[in-house]
Amino acid sequence: MTDAVTAPAADDATVLRPHAEQQFADELAALAAVDDRPRPASWRLSPWAVVTYLLGGVAGDTVITPKYVGSRRLIEVAVATVATDRALLLLGVPGTAKSWVSEHLAAAISGDSTLLIQGTAGTGEESIRYGWNYARLLAEGPSEAALVPSPVLIAMRTGAIARIEELTRMPSDVQDALITVLSEKTLPVPELGTEVAARRGFNVIATANDRDRGVNDLSAALRRRFNTVVLPLPAGIEEEVGIVATRVAELGRTLDLPVADASEEIRRVVTVFRELRSGLTTDGRTALKVPSGSLSTAEAISVVTGGWALAAHFGDGVLRAADVAGGITGAVIKDPVADRVAWTEYLETVVRQRSDWRDFYRACREVAG
Amino acid sequence: MVSDTAAPARPPVRVLGVRHHGPGSARAVRAALEHDRPDRLLIEGPPEADALVAFVADPDLQPPVAVLAYRTDDPAAAAFWPFAEFSPEWQALRWAVDNDVPVSFIDLPAALVLGRPKDVPPDTPAAEPVTGPTLRTDPIALLARAAGHDDPERWWEDVVENRSPGDPLDSFAAVTAAMTAVRTEHPEQDTRTLRREAHMRKLLRAAVKDGAQRVAVVCGAWHAPALAGTLPGRPPTAAADNALLRELTATTRAAKVTATWVPWTHSRLAARSGYGAGVDSPGWYGHLFSSTEHALERWLSGTAQVLRAHDLPTSTANVIEAVRLARALAVVRERPEPGLTEVLDATRAVLCDGSDLALGFVVAEAVVGERLGQVPDSAPAVPLTADVRASAKSLRLKFDPKPRETVLDLRTANDRRRSQLWWRLRILDVDWAAPTQVSGTGTFREGWTVAWRPDLEVRLVEASMWGTTVESAAGRRLVDRADSLAACATAIADGVTAELPAVLDELTGRLDRFAAASADITGLLRALPALVRAQRYGSVRGVDTAALAGVAQAVLTRICAGLSAALGGLNDDAARDVREHLEAAHDAVPLLPPGPARDGWYAALAETADRRDVPALLGGRLVRLLMDADRMDRGQAADRLHAALSVGQDASEKAYWVEGFTAGGALLLIHDRELLSVLDSWVASLSADEFLTVAPLLRRGFGQFEPAERGNLLTAARALSHNPVSTVVEMAGFDEADLAAAAPVLATVRVLLGGLR
Repeated sequence: MTDAVTAPAADDATVLRPHAEQQFADELAALAAVDDRPRPASWRLSPWAVVTYLLGGVAGDTVITPKYVGSRRLIEVAVATVATDRALLLLGVPGTAKSWVSEHLAAAISGDSTLLIQGTAGTGEESIRYGWNYARLLAEGPSEAALVPSPVLIAMRTGAIARIEELTRMPSDVQDALITVLSEKTLPVPELGTEVAARRGFNVIATANDRDRGVNDLSAALRRRFNTVVLPLPAGIEEEVGIVATRVAELGRTLDLPVADASEEIRRVVTVFRELRSGLTTDGRTALKVPSGSLSTAEAISVVTGGWALAAHFGDGVLRAADVAGGITGAVIKDPVADRVAWTEYLETVVRQRSDWRDFYRACREVAG
Repeated sequence: MVSDTAAPARPPVRVLGVRHHGPGSARAVRAALEHDRPDRLLIEGPPEADALVAFVADPDLQPPVAVLAYRTDDPAAAAFWPFAEFSPEWQALRWAVDNDVPVSFIDLPAALVLGRPKDVPPDTPAAEPVTGPTLRTDPIALLARAAGHDDPERWWEDVVENRSPGDPLDSFAAVTAAMTAVRTEHPEQDTRTLRREAHMRKLLRAAVKDGAQRVAVVCGAWHAPALAGTLPGRPPTAAADNALLRELTATTRAAKVTATWVPWTHSRLAARSGYGAGVDSPGWYGHLFSSTEHALERWLSGTAQVLRAHDLPTSTANVIEAVRLARALAVVRERPEPGLTEVLDATRAVLCDGSDLALGFVVAEAVVGERLGQVPDSAPAVPLTADVRASAKSLRLKFDPKPRETVLDLRTANDRRRSQLWWRLRILDVDWAAPTQVSGTGTFREGWTVAWRPDLEVRLVEASMWGTTVESAAGRRLVDRADSLAACATAIADGVTAELPAVLDELTGRLDRFAAASADITGLLRALPALVRAQRYGSVRGVDTAALAGVAQAVLTRICAGLSAALGGLNDDAARDVREHLEAAHDAVPLLPPGPARDGWYAALAETADRRDVPALLGGRLVRLLMDADRMDRGQAADRLHAALSVGQDASEKAYWVEGFTAGGALLLIHDRELLSVLDSWVASLSADEFLTVAPLLRRGFGQFEPAERGNLLTAARALSHNPVSTVVEMAGFDEADLAAAAPVLATVRVLLGGLR
């Protein structure tokens, strides 16, 4: 997902991944055609139609595919938030479709999901405010033409949605540049002695990872300008096993790993992750300590992929307990003291009792030493 | 002659169909009564409660309260009809009492509801506990589905509750019409409901015959068509109704029933009640009822206060945003007004930063909004009191204020039941009897001091909110009390002692959850002995303790997993605190059945003893415990002692180690030459300064020994024929400062002491 300055044509078959508003142009058009509910200023669709676009439904005789599978309430809160011109913060562990939801919200509301800032440790203030074309700046001095607008500035001018990915990875001082934009809805340009006032419809959708430690937490001042919607992890084990299996297969193709059926081992890894994450065994009979790591679906994917690579290159190609034991131990024990206690407890009270998990128990004890 | 129909043209009967505990209905009922001013008011409820209406005027009767009807001979069979401030029935009662309008209850008598079939002998307990009328087909759900709504609660809220009443009578007519439509489509089949409605009609006719000019009936919306006579076909005749009721009286033996007011709580209002209309957001309903203007704004400001009370900063600006979001959500969801769902969604997104934990505070403190009702002292006796009286009578116990001592033999059935009663009452804070130490051995003897005090009656009334019998009340109280790991373990022990097996499962489940969430090893250590003893001695009291043993072992496994990390790096004071619990747990472990959990304990002790950062006191103690349990041999222990007392450590550390090692009796040192000589040579090797530092610490350890043990130890030490002075001084118990100066004196004393032996 890159900041494409020049949007590729929608029908360009060589484009690896078209933007949401290009890929689902038909659905958006069909929804706009049947949508007779009131629309907030600059919105392409009414809030009702936006919710339908995300969760699926029917518009006239066009079937709207569901983009997000999960709670309707959450999406309604998200859309209502943007409609009240409050900024929206989507929180969640990796792999909970935060960016996906934000892209589709922007595509449905303003028909443009490309006004995107990727938050990194190196993101500077000019990504949120504006930069300068230095050749012009030197030749002509500060002028409107020498100004390089940021996605936020463009969104303000056009009354569109600006997206910020991984907000908490930006340095705090850069984050705080958003405060003026969100509360005053203007961006002063002191060099030119002017300011850019946001048009109606302008808003910001940010995503952030709530389990990562050591990132730049939002200041209270910024935080209170956002409404927060927490996107949950997959609700059921079948759903999650499906996600992991699909992703692992995709990664395996990219890494040229031999194809093998690993569904049993995947199910076990996902079960371990889910049980530790929820602090309760699947049968609901034993409560567990919750380790400090996020134990996200994304990590389960990397544990299985790593184990698969081990099995393919150093084993007989069949994914076994011993191949995932190391990865899973590393994924669980992030804090050497507290997490080790949680993991030992889990092994002794749960894994050991399961007769068909003997191999897994032995492998994990071996790794734990 | 009374007209046959339930709703004759004259005198007009007004049927007000309500949703039980619906604030909108409550307001509408009040308005309708003000408007109509009936001279007779009938309410759905047991006629036994008629005598209780007078109490409504008493300022000491404050909702939430419940009418409770119980069998006088078996208080466990009871039905209750709760009222909150926002219940339509309560508002109707208040209006009647304020306006001096005669009011009575018209539902089936509780005597019949709680009665038992006639063909069963009277002492057979009822097959299932009676909890009042059962839930019918949900009429509101049918209506809501017809209107295309999936959530009946929300539909009713939108259509009836949230609508500001323009003409209240209008909306009641609409409700009756809607219910008529539903009941035409789905005729009522349940005999019980049909009998109840027959009875209501019967009393309605009687009221009309009595000469009432304008009668108002407040009943559940479902019954409105049956009472208003709007159902299709000929309205049932008085004769038909009487025949229907005779079917019931012919098969049911009416019970002797006592009705009274009991204090209720909002959270128990939330539970499914006798009305079959549970409420899970009484706080929200109370708010909707009491505030008419800016209800949403007031509610969210209140929410902000709840959050601030939990140190979560919540600005007014955010409250404004929450109000906006709630309204926007209502628009997105196409609802006329924001309901509780919208308000909670907005609260989570704006005020709680998406945190479910913070939202939990709001739900518990505002949405449920715990409140305890109040009942005047003059209200009739509560069933709990009756149950205590009945038990006392059958156990031949007198309510004697004079303290009397008694010893029970738990092997006899009568004594065991007495003990049971007293333990259960103690759980309810009714300390009629206090346990006393009893001489003699065996777990089957129990000493008690028994004395009844008048204030205990009050405690019984207070405790009546927990249940109608001593057993059920004590059980519920125990569960309520178990809000922490230690409290849970104590509650389990109490539950075993008081023989309350019904709640043990819930308590053990809860304990397991607490234990899992707890990183506090001391807390777990503290919980273990009570658990182990409970599972060990539970059998004396006839409680199945298999599940308990499982939980005790699980707790032990958790302790083992965290023990070494928890004990590492403790300071001296903390180590001293832990030591006591460690020893108690160590004593308890052998009482558990053998298995991996038990072996794990010794493995965990050994692992901990190997850590370098374990405080010296515990280090010594652990070696000793392992040695005593035959998990470490003498030679190894002597090596440890030697290492601990070698040059690497400072003197006070060594002394702490020795204190830990020697705690729990001198016999080991008296009989084990090897260990004693290591200790002895260490003491002998101390310099004068070091000795002064160490002396008080050593004395602390040795001072715990019996004088005779000290004497024996002295003899043993003397026999080692090393330089005995310092050791001997300590053992004899002298702790004066200038020991060097006193050496000659001490030498003499040594001879004297030695001579005594």
